[in-house]
Amino acid sequence: MIKPELTDYKRPEKLSEYPQATCYKAGHLVTKNSGWRSKRPVVNTDKCVGCFRCYMYCPDGVIFKKDGKVDIDYDFCKGCGICVKTCPITAIQMEDE
Amino acid sequence: MGERKFISGNDAFAEGIRLAKPNVISAYPITPQTIVVERLSEMVEDRSLKSEFIHVESEHSAMSAAIGAASVGARTFTATSSQGLLYMAECLPYAAGGRFPIVMMNANRSTALPWNIYGDQRDSLSQLDSGWIQMYVEDAQESLDMALMSYYIAEHTDVMVPVMVNLDGFVLTHTYEAVDIPTQSQADEFLPTYVTDNKMDLDNPVNMGFSVGPADNEEFHLLHHKAMLRVKDVVKEADERFKQIFGRSHGTMTQGYRIEDAEYILITLGSITGIAREVVDELRDRGVKVGVLKIRFVRPFPHEEIAALVKGAKAIGTLEKDISFGYEGTVYTNVNSALIRNGVLVPSYNFIGGLGGRDISYEDIKECFGTLIKGNEEKEVWIGLGVVDDVR
Repeated sequence: MIKPELTDYKRPEKLSEYPQATCYKAGHLVTKNSGWRSKRPVVNTDKCVGCFRCYMYCPDGVIFKKDGKVDIDYDFCKGCGICVKTCPITAIQMEDE
Repeated sequence: MGERKFISGNDAFAEGIRLAKPNVISAYPITPQTIVVERLSEMVEDRSLKSEFIHVESEHSAMSAAIGAASVGARTFTATSSQGLLYMAECLPYAAGGRFPIVMMNANRSTALPWNIYGDQRDSLSQLDSGWIQMYVEDAQESLDMALMSYYIAEHTDVMVPVMVNLDGFVLTHTYEAVDIPTQSQADEFLPTYVTDNKMDLDNPVNMGFSVGPADNEEFHLLHHKAMLRVKDVVKEADERFKQIFGRSHGTMTQGYRIEDAEYILITLGSITGIAREVVDELRDRGVKVGVLKIRFVRPFPHEEIAALVKGAKAIGTLEKDISFGYEGTVYTNVNSALIRNGVLVPSYNFIGGLGGRDISYEDIKECFGTLIKGNEEKEVWIGLGVVDDVR
C-alpha cells in the first residue's frame, strides 16, 4: 500500500476547471481525518517482530510497513485500538492524546 | 440498401436500438411500451443483437442498472411508460447529473388516478426538470431514426446528457406504418463507437458519483445546463450527417409545416402533428393562411427558434395532452415564456385535449384553428369534452 499524501486543494477559479461529470481522478486527500481520536496506538519498535498482523487487521488501512516493522499514519488513524488487540506480543499500547 | 417493413412504432424503435448496438439493456415491461422490450429480448436471444439483457424487478432498478452499466462506459438502453417513469423518477437526475448518456424510450401514457393505460403526455412532462433531454417523435420512421440519433446526441462530447425519446402511447407505439430500416453498415457509419473518460477504469482510477457541497454544487449544475444549451448545435450537426448517410432529414429542434407566411399557427408535440398537417392543407386550399409547428425537443427548449418562427403570426395555439392542475398546460407555459424572452407579442392560446387517450379528431383541430381565427376571450380551451361543462 502507498501511504496517502495530503495535497493542497486549489479552488477552481474558472468554470472550465470543474469536471463535466461527477467523475475526477482518484487519490486526492485534502484533509486529515483523525480529529475525534482520544487515544492513539503507539508501537514499541524494539519489541515489534514485524508479523504484520496489525497491518492486516487495521480497518482503516493506516498501518504501513517500514524497515521490516510497522508505522502508523496518525493523520488518518481513528484510535479504534484493534491493532492493540491483535498484536500477539503486546508491542502496541494505547496512550492518551 | 436496407429494407422496408410494415411495423409498429414500438417495433421501429426496437429496430433503431438494434442498429445502435447498446452493450446493455435493462428494462421492465409496462403497457404500452412492452413490445419494444419484447422485441429487444428476442433480438438478444437470437443473437441479432449482441447485448446484455438485464431482467430487472422494477423501473427503479431498470434505471439504476442502466446507470451502473453506463458508469463502466457501456452504451445503455432502457424503456418505460407512465407509472414506470414516475417510479424511476428518483434515478433520473442521478443519470443526468452523472452525465451518463443513457437512451430511454418512453411510451407516453396517462398517470393515475383515475387509472388509465392510454396515451397522454402528463408522464414525461412531469419530468422536465430531471436534467434529461426530452424528444417527442411523430411517426414510426422518426421513432427508428431518433433511436439512432439520440445516441449520437447523448454521447457527443459537447453534450453527455441522457435522452428520453417519447412516443405517444398506442397512437404511435401500436399503429403500423411502412418504415425504412437502414443497414448495419449505414448505422455504423452514422454512429461512432462510444468512448468516454466518465467511467470506472482500472488503468485510470476515478472517483465517481461523488457528493459536492454548497461551495461547488452550483457550478456542476451550470455546466449541465450549458451542455443542454449546446444540444441545438449538435442536433443540427446530427441531422446533416443523418441526411448524408440515410437521405432523410427530420429538421432542427422544431419542424414547421407551411408556417413561412402563416397567420395562424398551431404548435404540436408528437403524433398529432400528422393530422394537423392534413387540416392545414384543407384550410390552405380554402385560402386561410395556417401552419403547424411541431416541437421536437421540449428540453432543451428551443425558445429562440419558436419565437422567431411565430413572430409574424396573428395568433398561435399550443395543442397539448397535458394539464398542470391549477395553472395551464406545461408546453403552453414554455411557449409563452419563449415569446416573452424574445420580445414577441402574439395572442397565444392553449388547447388541452387527448387526456387519458381521448381522441383528438380532425374536426377538433379544425375548431382549434377556428378559435385562433375568431379569437376567444378565454385563452385556455379544453377540446373534445364529451359533455357540457357546467361546473364553476
